[in-house]
Amino acid sequence: MNLQIQNTTDTCLDYIKMGIDIGSTTAKVVVVDGENVLFEKYERHFSMVRLKTLELVKQAQPYIKDKNIKVSISGSAGLGLAQEADIPFVQEVFATAEVARKTHPDISVVIELGGEDAKIIFFKGGIDQRMNGTCAGGTGAFIDQMATLLNVTPDELDELSLDSKRIYPIASRCGVFAKTDIQPLLNQGARKEDIAASIYQSVVNQTIAGLAQGRKIEGKVMFLGGPLSFCQGLKKRFVETLNLSEENTIFPNYAKLSVALGASIYAEKQAKSFTFDELCEKIENTVGATSTIQTLPALFESKNDYIAFSDRHKKASVPTVDIGTYCGKAYLGIDCGSTTTKLTLIDDECNILYSFYDSNKGEPVEIVREQLEKIYRLCDDRITIRGSAVTGYGEELIKHAFGIDFGIVETMAHFGAAKHFKPDVDFILDIGGQDIKCFKVKGDAIDSIMLNEACSSGCGSFLETFAKGLGYSISDFSKMALFAQKPVQLGTRCTVFMNSSVKQAQKDGAEIADISAGLSISVVKNAIYKVIRANSVKELGENIVVQGGTFYNDAVLRAFEMEIEHDVVRPSIAGLMGAYGAALYAKKNIISESTIISKDNLREFSHSAKSTVCKGCTNNCHLTVNSFGDGKKFISGNKCEKGLGEKISDHPVPNVHQFKRDYILSLPENPAAKRTLGLPLALGMYELAPFWHGIFTNLGFNVKLSGMSSRHIYSLGQNSIPSDTACYPAKIMHGHMEKLINDNVDAIFYPCLSYNFDEGASENHYNCPVVAYYSELLNSNMDSLKGKTFLYPYLNISDEKELVRGLYEYLKNHFPDITKHDVKSAVKQGYLAHEKYMESICLEGEKAIKYARENGKRILVLAGRPYNIDMETGHGIDKLAEMLSFVVVSEDSVWRMAKQKPSVRVLNQWTYHSRLYNAAQFVCENDDCELVQLVYFGCGVDAVTTDETREILERQGRLYTQIKIDEITNLGAVKIRLRSLIGAIEERNSKKAKEVSNG
Amino acid sequence: MDNENIRCDGYRVFTEEMKKDYTILVPTMLPRHFKLLVGILNSYGYNATLLDNMGPNVITEGLKYVHNDTCYPAQLVIGQMIDALESGKYDKNKVALMITQTGGGCRASNYIHLLRKALVKAGYGYVPVISLNFSGLEKESAFKITFPMLHRFAYAICYGDLLMELVNQTKPFEINKGDSENLADMWTERLTQEMTKSRISALGVKKNYKLIIEDFAKIPKKIVPKPRVGIVGEIFVKYSPLGNNNLEDFLVSEGAEVVVPGLLDFCLFVIYNSIIDRKLYGYNKKSVIIYKLILKLFCSMQKDIINAMKKQGSFIPPCEFIKIPPLAQEVIGLGVKMGEGWLLTAEMIELIHTGAHNIVCTQPFGCLPNHIAGKGMMKPIKEKYPEANIVAIDYDSGATKINQENRIKLMLSTAKCFERN
Repeated sequence: MNLQIQNTTDTCLDYIKMGIDIGSTTAKVVVVDGENVLFEKYERHFSMVRLKTLELVKQAQPYIKDKNIKVSISGSAGLGLAQEADIPFVQEVFATAEVARKTHPDISVVIELGGEDAKIIFFKGGIDQRMNGTCAGGTGAFIDQMATLLNVTPDELDELSLDSKRIYPIASRCGVFAKTDIQPLLNQGARKEDIAASIYQSVVNQTIAGLAQGRKIEGKVMFLGGPLSFCQGLKKRFVETLNLSEENTIFPNYAKLSVALGASIYAEKQAKSFTFDELCEKIENTVGATSTIQTLPALFESKNDYIAFSDRHKKASVPTVDIGTYCGKAYLGIDCGSTTTKLTLIDDECNILYSFYDSNKGEPVEIVREQLEKIYRLCDDRITIRGSAVTGYGEELIKHAFGIDFGIVETMAHFGAAKHFKPDVDFILDIGGQDIKCFKVKGDAIDSIMLNEACSSGCGSFLETFAKGLGYSISDFSKMALFAQKPVQLGTRCTVFMNSSVKQAQKDGAEIADISAGLSISVVKNAIYKVIRANSVKELGENIVVQGGTFYNDAVLRAFEMEIEHDVVRPSIAGLMGAYGAALYAKKNIISESTIISKDNLREFSHSAKSTVCKGCTNNCHLTVNSFGDGKKFISGNKCEKGLGEKISDHPVPNVHQFKRDYILSLPENPAAKRTLGLPLALGMYELAPFWHGIFTNLGFNVKLSGMSSRHIYSLGQNSIPSDTACYPAKIMHGHMEKLINDNVDAIFYPCLSYNFDEGASENHYNCPVVAYYSELLNSNMDSLKGKTFLYPYLNISDEKELVRGLYEYLKNHFPDITKHDVKSAVKQGYLAHEKYMESICLEGEKAIKYARENGKRILVLAGRPYNIDMETGHGIDKLAEMLSFVVVSEDSVWRMAKQKPSVRVLNQWTYHSRLYNAAQFVCENDDCELVQLVYFGCGVDAVTTDETREILERQGRLYTQIKIDEITNLGAVKIRLRSLIGAIEERNSKKAKEVSNG
Repeated sequence: MDNENIRCDGYRVFTEEMKKDYTILVPTMLPRHFKLLVGILNSYGYNATLLDNMGPNVITEGLKYVHNDTCYPAQLVIGQMIDALESGKYDKNKVALMITQTGGGCRASNYIHLLRKALVKAGYGYVPVISLNFSGLEKESAFKITFPMLHRFAYAICYGDLLMELVNQTKPFEINKGDSENLADMWTERLTQEMTKSRISALGVKKNYKLIIEDFAKIPKKIVPKPRVGIVGEIFVKYSPLGNNNLEDFLVSEGAEVVVPGLLDFCLFVIYNSIIDRKLYGYNKKSVIIYKLILKLFCSMQKDIINAMKKQGSFIPPCEFIKIPPLAQEVIGLGVKMGEGWLLTAEMIELIHTGAHNIVCTQPFGCLPNHIAGKGMMKPIKEKYPEANIVAIDYDSGATKINQENRIKLMLSTAKCFERN
């Protein structure tokens, strides 16, 4: 076969070359004689790295004959094998470079996507080779995972993508994030074709942003690796995005074998050579080699243990009644979850008539329709559905589509169901496909709720994807775990990390059963230590109910009991608890006749979804418009009421976040001024804009802000971000800078501030390192700043005299006409402007609180940092809270109202967070206020502040809610949180009211 | 329990009484440096022990009791302490824990508070915690650092740095495996004894430097060209084998010569920043004179090492601290002081200047200062010095060794490739 390797020469060498590439999922072997490839094999190794390698090498024997072999091994899973077998190893990127240079001497860039690695090599101007970091998706495994999510094969995904009409923004930094973006799209009914193309686009964006990091991809570009040789759609997205001409685009036909070929080239340079038998023996000897993996105790010591365990759990079950003979009333519960749809139909005694549990296959509406049709058929005329309720991600869509009576928040549904099994339940843990939820119950009300954060959703669907990847069904996979002798210790981090832990275990030769058991234990540990953050069993509770589909897996259940050293209750309907709880709710609460779609109307039911962009304001929310056969519509994706086409009332509810946005965006420009100064509106500038605006306007500048962030702004600067694990508010700075450069301002100003204002409420008044020094990074990484005036002096804003001195010293070099006197009076004006701004925030806070109290509304302190108000990085969560009828205030509007100083048990040294602690104290002092803390992914400081804020609130008997946000825009999950909060408050209040009336 | 010994935040204070019979547990960062430091503490009447427990249980305990998004070093240090308490080796009622506190804008200043919270969670709320800091934090503690003590600490760090430097330059070339480590261990033992017993004189120290260097020069070596690989980064993962999965050993086994900038530089960096704060923000108006004096004193101590190495002639001496800040200024401002700040950037440039243009930049996953001074400065450094071959490695409880080693191998292949050309 022709592998495009040039200069075919005679094959008179006395040795033959072999390249072995063992990646995370596949093994590849090539045998090359001179320049001719005699043998090539590409196969999945299903974790049996050494056996598979040996098998492939043996298949090559006919081509080797009796020649000596020069061989080298490459690939991440090949490292251990190479070491133990004492065979030369070559790093895979290096191997890729070897083959690319050999076949295309004029190559500029190679992009290679592998199973779990992504690499880019720049050849021009000094070779520069880069690999994805430890926390990076955008690879083959990511695409596989996404295909599973859409319930298609990778090939079908590819086909779908070719027929796309629009691209949705999907985060691809890691698979977990992307899932959170894709799931709501699916639930809202977006087209699969569009999602497929969007998945590919996200991989492209990840490669450009995460790997190239500002270095331009131009010249001849070669694409290598499995995904890039199989997926046409992915190729297309790359070529379009990079704007490559045909002659500069190289997709060699040996793409998937490139590393193995590179290894064979490297092998040629080695002195050592082996006979075929020697080589086989060397590999064979490693197959049974003892490894250094850390192992854990087996889940069950004996078969009898397992039998006792199963018998115990069989007790928690619900009787079922034959739907074919039952006559009377029934109640329907639907749980439209993120990956699965669950239904239960119960009778008057809460027995189950019918239940359903399956993947929603990306089409939740269709599944529910099918099921309803089936239920109606089974019910015949004997059974009438008296009430219905729906819960879960797809709650609103399903409610609108089928006229369901109630929509209830998941947490409440689960609590209701758990109580049915254990009336004195005090702790519930639910591990579903996508979420981990847990709640503590105190005195019959939910006391605290913990949900997994976007980053750690390594739950049920992870196990399933993994099982599939290794070629097993999930039930077989988990059965193997039960009697594994030495479960592997795999760590407790998110799925991406677990993937590489598994890779490590494979490298060390762990068996699949041990990996399966290890994964179950990891899922459990992740839930306990990452989500619940528990220290002891006592803290969890005495009466624990575990549920969610993942707990059907006996290995997970056993691992959980072992970890907490306590028996728990797993209802037989563990996976149906949401739906069962919904049905119970419907039964309890229905008063009039059910509004559920009738049997006749169901026959006429049709559903279509269309995507569009809302023109209501400048946010440009992507809306999905669902139309149903009867002319009804359901719109989702909106961040405020405008998207629904509703009229906004003339007397808007006060919202301090909105007030701050309006204030900053209406800072006047000064067009008559001779110079313009741009202020990037991100990070600390959100608070300091009035301050710097005041100073520079008085120094004779026309001060221009870069405006509110948007996805578009982010994409403007995405290419120059050097550290992709920094927080989103920092990364979006790059876009704001680009915007100002495009606006042609004379100078851009974003100072370095180690210290913030000293507001006297903390031991020190630092900014976090990112807020303080991001300008240094911008200056070093943004090529577009070259030749521009970017001012980033180190200043002390907490001391007026020092500020005048520092600012003058700096400005005089750039603007010689500015005098010290000018600076002095301008700075004075700046402080006045800042004070005015801060005062008006406090006034607005008071106004909002007064309004809330007069109108009987709850007050929500949406707290964090000044830049939370940004509509892109803050995702407009304040608007969402407003829709849920909260009156929203900010931490900086209320912190001074706290009567007492909060007792803070950490070093209180950051200005923004000392406000946060005080705001928490304020909430404790006011029963009608609640606090929600917004936390950015990647913020190291918040690991300290979240725990502390939680402690301040919980110590005084209040609820703490944390919402972790990033590039992802999944408001659905945020909504569940806020609604759960409302639910918990209501339960608490009604309980208090009961106590008052009783006592 | 005596109420007077309770701090306003409810934690127990380390009292004079405790000094008599409490064992102070000190976590390890740099084994030899810290052994010397502990020796000094004991010569001042404390009863300190260096923790050497490693193993998987350390991080398991850390993950259990520390917020999982907190930096990895905090998880390790706190995990190591709790693991030690649980080991049964110490009388839990007669033990105190020591931890450093830097007082900067990085979250590292909060380690002590995280440790206290973790202790309460683990049921050891009664164990007193001592802050080792030079910023006057936690004044109520009976643990006091005096100037003579500080002076000895400085010498201990100098000795530690010298031994580290010599081991790094000898180990990759030694003919008899283990020679350099054994010699360094022997000297550490001897110096610990010396520092505990006799008075320290500058002359005596200089004499020791000479002897140590000569001893190392005598180790039989086979000189073969090896790529020099520098290690920079967040202080804990840069130095601690526990934090960086034995990075130094790995590099040596891959045929590299390791170059690690010394701990004294970090101390000088902290002092230097107080002087910078005066310049940039007008802080420390009164104390700046003292900082300048201390800086001068420490710099001269460093100079002694450099001179001794130059005089003997077999080894490459470290760079004088005072020449380092201008290197940073090529690409970054000296105002970047949180974490390792500008020092990290400067060390990369210094390494390139001294021929170690292959660099591993280590950081805990999500380390905030390193976004700026580490990963954020690689582009301008590579532009200025095209030969720079830098790889950033994140360390974390979930990051696997294989991923890290694979990336380091990539850096090493590039290093070897450069050498060939």
